[in-house]
Amino acid sequence: MSFDILVMQVFNGMSLFTILLLMALGLAIVFGLMGVINMAHGELMALGAYATYLTAQFFSHYLPSLMDWYLFAAIVVAFGVTFGFGYVLERGFIRWFYNRPLDTLLATWGLSLILQQSYRSIFGPQEVSVPLTSWLSGAWEPTAGIQLPLNRIFIIGLTILVALSVYLILYKTRFGLRARAVTQNRPMSSAVGIDTNRVDALTFALGSGLAGIAGAVFTMIGSTNPGTGQLYIVDSFIVVVFGGVASLLGTAASGFLIAQSQTTLEYLMSGSMAKVSILLLVIVVLYFRPNGLFSSKVRS
Amino acid sequence: MSQFNRRRFMKTGGTMMVLGAASGASLLPNLASAQETVKLGLLHSLSGTIAIAEAALVEAEKMAIDEINASGGVMGRKIEAVIEDGASDWPTFAEKTKKLLQRDKVAAIVGCYTSASRKAVLPVLNQMKGLLYYPTYYEGQEEDKSVIYTSQEATQSVIAAIEWMAKEQGKTFFLVGSDYIYPRTCNKIAKPTITRVGGKVVGEEYAPLGHTEFSSIINKIKAAKPDWIYSTVVGGSNVAFYKQLKAAGLDGTKQKLLSTVVSENEIDGIGKENAVGYYACMGYFQSLKNPQNERFVKALKAKYGQDRVVGDPMECAYNAVYLWKLAAEKAKSFDVQKVIAASSGLEFDAPEGKIRIHATNHHVAKKVRIGKARSDGQFDIVYESGVLEPNPFPKL
Repeated sequence: MSFDILVMQVFNGMSLFTILLLMALGLAIVFGLMGVINMAHGELMALGAYATYLTAQFFSHYLPSLMDWYLFAAIVVAFGVTFGFGYVLERGFIRWFYNRPLDTLLATWGLSLILQQSYRSIFGPQEVSVPLTSWLSGAWEPTAGIQLPLNRIFIIGLTILVALSVYLILYKTRFGLRARAVTQNRPMSSAVGIDTNRVDALTFALGSGLAGIAGAVFTMIGSTNPGTGQLYIVDSFIVVVFGGVASLLGTAASGFLIAQSQTTLEYLMSGSMAKVSILLLVIVVLYFRPNGLFSSKVRS
Repeated sequence: MSQFNRRRFMKTGGTMMVLGAASGASLLPNLASAQETVKLGLLHSLSGTIAIAEAALVEAEKMAIDEINASGGVMGRKIEAVIEDGASDWPTFAEKTKKLLQRDKVAAIVGCYTSASRKAVLPVLNQMKGLLYYPTYYEGQEEDKSVIYTSQEATQSVIAAIEWMAKEQGKTFFLVGSDYIYPRTCNKIAKPTITRVGGKVVGEEYAPLGHTEFSSIINKIKAAKPDWIYSTVVGGSNVAFYKQLKAAGLDGTKQKLLSTVVSENEIDGIGKENAVGYYACMGYFQSLKNPQNERFVKALKAKYGQDRVVGDPMECAYNAVYLWKLAAEKAKSFDVQKVIAASSGLEFDAPEGKIRIHATNHHVAKKVRIGKARSDGQFDIVYESGVLEPNPFPKL
């Protein structure tokens, strides 16, 4: 392996890490903090992707001069749409399933099928093409042999920003304090005057909104079709479970570990075998640490 | 008391109305229509993951049926399409086939896209003496007596493509595919062909189905510096693969790539700007210049909208309906055995040019073309083969 390829491989690992982290952040809140097994999380990402598609369509028809900057509007729109949808979803659907994890699993899986078929009916079964803004296409070439794709550099930057915001919201604001209180002890939080219903709805909506951002960003590297969400959901769950439920730091660490091992293994062996090896690694680690890499110790 | 009476009235009244409607709707027209129409089953996934590719085939088939009906039907009988949804689920395909043959008594079925769905349908077809027209390019390795394969099998496109690539420029090949039977069979055919034309395989990679992270494979390609990438990546992965190739600086101007699975329909999703300059090998391209094709494309756009694009599988689906019509007319019967017997050597002037069903092996002898993607999502045709005989069981 030459030096150039090595540099690009390390960069790929970093890039995949940020992609996995962005994917898993929303789920880390919904599943990790709230304990809701949301099988429709992938479809929320697809919703974000379709919102991006619609924003792009809108810009190309009405504001073609601003087409280069549509992505920023699209990220905001995707977050807004999925945040709103998540809020309605929690109030009208999810909240009836708290404390019934198995029912949640089935109900949200059904919801995911319904959403997929809705996308199919509305946008058609075929992929839609989301244009890549011109300043993000192409690669940065620090030396002749090294190309670092600009869109991946953008994703790395955006993920750092989003992860930082999530950390600040959860650990430095009153809302975050309430959210953590409710997830740790619901009756006690209620007793001290926290409106737990409202906190639940907002927390779930925040997790959904993050899925929307992920969906918007992934239109740059992947495909947008009714089944897009299915491609991401398994990886998201693996990252969250492997890192340890209820630990944001764990999610980040597990994303990093999985991403670096995957890109390295993919270079050394075939893609399918790399995937198998990663799953084996996860299984072995979970065997010895059933609560994931970073499990918070609580008295039960 | 009055409540009870009203309810009972509603109940009996309702039942009578249902009975009346049933006899009116089904019994009477059945007697009349049995003489007039002949049923053709259309079995594709309209929902689920594979609908992405299959839903468009139904549209092309429906158009062929409408055309045939408008010009008088088959032997004076109008075709009645019975559309069923296989829902991207293989057991459902088998079940629906049974339903089409048993309940609807269709004369033939045009359907399936993935090989898995076709394999699921075969036992039912054989047991119930049905007939399937399979309209998708596939890996070969099959010759079932109940199936007519109307698209190219792997040897037809792969061998022609590799020979052309070697002649065009360069001798080193990097093979990339999704990890399932079609790509693996294509590469099994490609490798000895590459050796035969004096080329060399410098890499062979398979990504899991639905994979969206191609950066490591792209780095391997960069390290190997092949003259050609031969790609059999399918579905949504293609979008990721093309986008990431372009982002990594290997666009159509810097790296030659040929795929045997990317048609105009796929380019719609990949994005025209990401596919420019890459090659595809297909039996049919929308940009083919001949009167048959111009009429076909015009009719399809008039029916489904001006911005619709037509790809190879859609054309093969359209041909399938006509091949069945011609065979039935030649046999002067809708009987499955007679239709199959009449199919041998049958010719049809398709939008892609003349095609002919092989005398014995149920596949189609046809030309294949190689196109270079333009910025408008269409292909410039750069090569056209001679008529290629199908060979589903190649000796390699």
